Amino acid sequence: MPFMNAMPGAITQGIIWGIMAIGVYITFKILDVADLTVDGSFATGGAVLVVLVTSGQNLYFAMLCAFLAGCLAGLVTGIFHTKFGIPAILAGILTQLSLYSVNLRIQGDMANLPFAYMNYKYPITLRNVSKTLLPVNVSKDNELLQMLTRFCNQSLLICVIISGVLIAVLYWFFGTERGHALRVTGSNLAMARANGINTDNNKIIGIVLSNGIVAMSGAILSQYQGFCDVNMGRGAIVIGLAAVIIGEVIFGKIFHNFALKLVATIVGGIIYYVVITLVLNLGMKANDLKLFTAIVVGIFLGIPYWKAQFTQRFSGRKAVEEEKEVAENA
Amino acid sequence: MLEVKGLYKTFNPGSVNEKKALSGIDLTLNEGDFVTVIGGNGAGKSTMLNMIAGVYPVDRGTITIDGVNVTKLSEHRRAKYIGRVFQDPRMGTASDMWLEENLAIANRRGKFRGLNWAISGKERKEFKEMLAKLDLGLENRLTTKVGLLSGGQRQAVTLLMAVMNHPKLLLLDEHTAALDPKTAKNVLDLSDKFIEENHLTALMVTHNMRDAIAHGNRLIMMNEGKIILDVSGEEKKNLTVEELLEEFAKLSGSEFANDRALLSN
Repeated sequence: MPFMNAMPGAITQGIIWGIMAIGVYITFKILDVADLTVDGSFATGGAVLVVLVTSGQNLYFAMLCAFLAGCLAGLVTGIFHTKFGIPAILAGILTQLSLYSVNLRIQGDMANLPFAYMNYKYPITLRNVSKTLLPVNVSKDNELLQMLTRFCNQSLLICVIISGVLIAVLYWFFGTERGHALRVTGSNLAMARANGINTDNNKIIGIVLSNGIVAMSGAILSQYQGFCDVNMGRGAIVIGLAAVIIGEVIFGKIFHNFALKLVATIVGGIIYYVVITLVLNLGMKANDLKLFTAIVVGIFLGIPYWKAQFTQRFSGRKAVEEEKEVAENA
Repeated sequence: MLEVKGLYKTFNPGSVNEKKALSGIDLTLNEGDFVTVIGGNGAGKSTMLNMIAGVYPVDRGTITIDGVNVTKLSEHRRAKYIGRVFQDPRMGTASDMWLEENLAIANRRGKFRGLNWAISGKERKEFKEMLAKLDLGLENRLTTKVGLLSGGQRQAVTLLMAVMNHPKLLLLDEHTAALDPKTAKNVLDLSDKFIEENHLTALMVTHNMRDAIAHGNRLIMMNEGKIILDVSGEEKKNLTVEELLEEFAKLSGSEFANDRALLSN
């Protein structure tokens, strides 16, 4: 059962990318801005964590610094967008591009920095992902039960706790006056300004917060896999969108509460990774993954548009037919 | 309460699309004035309101509200003094937010937005009472998304939001133009009621001459970016639509051309 054996790891990675997707949710869904900075800031988070930790800094301090580095990247994009008048997508691309050089500098001109030799002592690692925390002794013959107990591993549980805390904090924040100001900015710019809301500042705050979360998730991922890589964020925005959209398609009808929508995004990330693990197990080449992801996300983004087109055409035809009927009857 | 002096605005200056929108507006509103604004297509009515609200920067001139020179203040800073209702019912409210969330946002206009809860329990009670007065059955729909309300309901809610924290100035920009006649009348009556109850100073752009005569204590007529007629008191009360059209032809030397006005009068 290679696929089932890979599940605990796939789910852990799914949650980590789901945390990143929450960052994407803030810009894409709440602010209504497509922010491509994340491809760069994700790797920035990883780079900052690895460099600080290998130089002997405390892990939690390094996580905080990774978060702040992401915030800084977001600040640059936010300023490009609001103060330079650059369209959000382009502003994000500019920052993302510059971050490639910045990340290389952080990593001391190395494209890839391993620290696997020391990450075993950290809470979230690949090494403990198949070690159950349950104090039970399952006989080696009972493979299914053994596999199930492995879901209760340290990495996965800590990732669940982190996402739970993050969702709670965001639920609180978006329920405050400031959080509402951000939501209005994404919903109706004219109305926001007419009600005394500085839309530029709120966009910046949203993009900063989003990239901070993205960088933190990059830091968690590099901790988990034991290295950071300048290219680890490539396509992060697409994976984030995939998680947001999968969560929305599956839970949109039943989850209306904001916290539950964020939970749906995390679950979207998990589903994405489970599916990836599945197709890899079915024999897809790892190099084709990005193509596969792009196609799937493209289709899911198109669905609401096609739906609207279809209902329009359908109801239009119906109206014409009804008119004809009325004419014939007259 | 409002003092506009020598206000000029040209859009796309120096290009083929150059449009002189305002050419020297002088207007003073006393406290409690309710002024209706009429004028032809492109006379500058909406531009004037938008300039007062701070949507565009001024080319020349000053705008003073209650003694404060707001000419250089950005739109969101000026919002502290101004309540606004737009022509498009979708513009004044956030569609994908709840009714109570919209009201709470308006209730904090001009105040610092920090990390307190966005809506307090006390506010919720107040909102319910305010909505009950609208008589639209909205008091039990606090957690309905505003996008699900009708155009008339949304315009009534926007009006409530505009007046709820007693603005120095209320700007109504053809706020009934997108509504059916019956709803338009209700919203207009509601505007009258709010303005009177709260002793507000208001500027109302309308395309309907009859409304312009029937409401408010003063009427101004605009043409080509200038105020060409300003009547108030008894003189205004006794105006008729015919007299206004005649007056317009005399003052501007042309026929009154406003598509909507021609259709509705």
